[in-house]
Amino acid sequence: MTVTSYEMKRMRKSAKFRKKARKFALNATATAVFIVAMFPVYWMVSTSFKTNDQIFTTEFIPFPTSFTFEHIDRVLSEGVAGNSIWLYLRNSAIVALGTVAVGAIFSLLAATAVSRFRFKGRTSFLITLLVVQMIPAEALLIPLFLSIKRLGLYDQLLGLIVVNVGLTLPFGIWMLRTFVAAVPKSLEEAAWIDGASRMTTFWKVLFPLVAPGLVATSIFSFITAWNELIFALVLMSDSSGYTMPVALQFFFGQRGTDWGAIMASSTLMTIPVVVFFLLVQRRMVSGLVAGAVKG
Amino acid sequence: MTDTSIARRGGGNASAPSGRPRRSHRPPKKASGLNPKYIPYALLIPGLLVMVALLLYPMIQVFIMSFQKVGLPQIREINPRPAEWLGWENYTKVFENDVFWSSLRNTLVFAFVAVSLTLIVGTAVGVLLQQLSKRMSTFLIIGIMFAWAVPPVAQGVIWRWLFDAEAGIINWALNLLPDFLSNALFGRADWTGEPWLNEAFTIYIVLVMTVVWASFPFIAVSVLAGLKSIPGELYEAARVDGSGPWRTFRKITFPLLKPVFAVLTILSIIWDFKVFSQLYVLMNGPTNREAFNLSMFSYAEAFRSPPKMGSGAAIAVILTIILLVVTAVYVRQMVKSEEVQ
Repeated sequence: MTVTSYEMKRMRKSAKFRKKARKFALNATATAVFIVAMFPVYWMVSTSFKTNDQIFTTEFIPFPTSFTFEHIDRVLSEGVAGNSIWLYLRNSAIVALGTVAVGAIFSLLAATAVSRFRFKGRTSFLITLLVVQMIPAEALLIPLFLSIKRLGLYDQLLGLIVVNVGLTLPFGIWMLRTFVAAVPKSLEEAAWIDGASRMTTFWKVLFPLVAPGLVATSIFSFITAWNELIFALVLMSDSSGYTMPVALQFFFGQRGTDWGAIMASSTLMTIPVVVFFLLVQRRMVSGLVAGAVKG
Repeated sequence: MTDTSIARRGGGNASAPSGRPRRSHRPPKKASGLNPKYIPYALLIPGLLVMVALLLYPMIQVFIMSFQKVGLPQIREINPRPAEWLGWENYTKVFENDVFWSSLRNTLVFAFVAVSLTLIVGTAVGVLLQQLSKRMSTFLIIGIMFAWAVPPVAQGVIWRWLFDAEAGIINWALNLLPDFLSNALFGRADWTGEPWLNEAFTIYIVLVMTVVWASFPFIAVSVLAGLKSIPGELYEAARVDGSGPWRTFRKITFPLLKPVFAVLTILSIIWDFKVFSQLYVLMNGPTNREAFNLSMFSYAEAFRSPPKMGSGAAIAVILTIILLVVTAVYVRQMVKSEEVQ
């Protein structure tokens, strides 16, 4: 079969056109997915800046043309269930940061143990670590509620911190151990040859290299504790101890819902999580998941 | 997000030093007073204590409680009565309860639908991300990251608002459909004031949309990472051999990404089986018994008056057993692979 130069040109041209059309179709699809993913978030934010007549309408008002801070002001001053949203944000932050502080130390120690040492019981420990992650938190709810009550930690943020440490630790260790294992052991050996002690090696060599992984792990624990609803519902009875997820429920009143206020509060609750996500975005996308394929 | 790293099977291994420590570079012996043999155990103690006290011990407790009568007289602070042993009574009572069977059905059907849809949408977007230019794919990743980052309670709040009967945008959009189309599709033309969150079936429609919207980004990003690791020559070879896009996906992409899909499926099952926060918001607390799933049923039995903690424990045990059976395959695979060696 022979191909004339004219036909060649035509083929090249149509290939070029097809390539362009394909690129256009891809970008259009991507934009559509972007809009579908973003719209609910955008709708939350825009509702929190609309006046009530723009919120409670059967019409579609894409932009808050009557831009107002009234809802944000209201949830921060009056709040809900008798307290300002500040208090609930503070409670959530205390619980999440407490969980991270304890969890980071414990998981770093355990992760170092399983990825730097070979010892009896190591495999059983790792299997236990996997299995406990399958236990639904709901199953632990009843016994932990009774224990927390018996320990006198009921209605205290400390009780919530304790529970959240338990919920996040297995995964924290599991995640961090891959970061520890990724640090070449030769670096530590070099330090040992130079006469550094185990402690010095740990703090001066291993820790700085694991730090980014520790940050990622901590962000995970922070978000889990920040979002946790069911234990916070059960362990806190006094409204001054509510965390954000619990406080949000109180906007759904008998006499209808104050959507402006609840959207403003949801936005405030979402901001820190989004910031953290964007911070660790690159690490998550390129680093973390990549290993999945090698397995 | 992090759950990504569960998916990171073998990643650490690949870069981890293999084999035993070399003899020549021994760590300093006299560094601490502790015999080096005991160091790993000392490091493990805090984590181990937490896991035993907060996970394993409560698991045993919930199992025991599921055979006991634990109500208000047993949990009150002043002069509590000892728990009464009931044998299998909690379980037989639960099995006789219609709410249990509807909860079980809701749990299973929801998990099946939500997991399948999440995987399909997530994979499609993952493949799309790979085809895009660098700038466009970063743009899309940041967009879907927003959906992913929204806290579960806020997800519930947002979707409850979108599906609000009076001022919700979904009813507004459905009203925009031409009447004949709306009639043909749904048998009705007027959607004004349509309450979506009163009945179990429609609550679950909204819940599926909420959960799929929030969890497809994780699947997409994981699939993208997997795709990036497949050598490009394979695709070139396939193209040279005249393989179409669908065939290439089936014969090259899917088999190579099988381990990734296995992990993602199991993770999605675990998450969707016990969905609580979103459901709690969408149905306004444990009010609509027909819309309960097992998590909600256990919670409602144990924490709404009168508290029936024994019965709640029995439901929790059933949920745990189902989850462990479903995930046993996964755990076995992980144990078999080098991951825990």
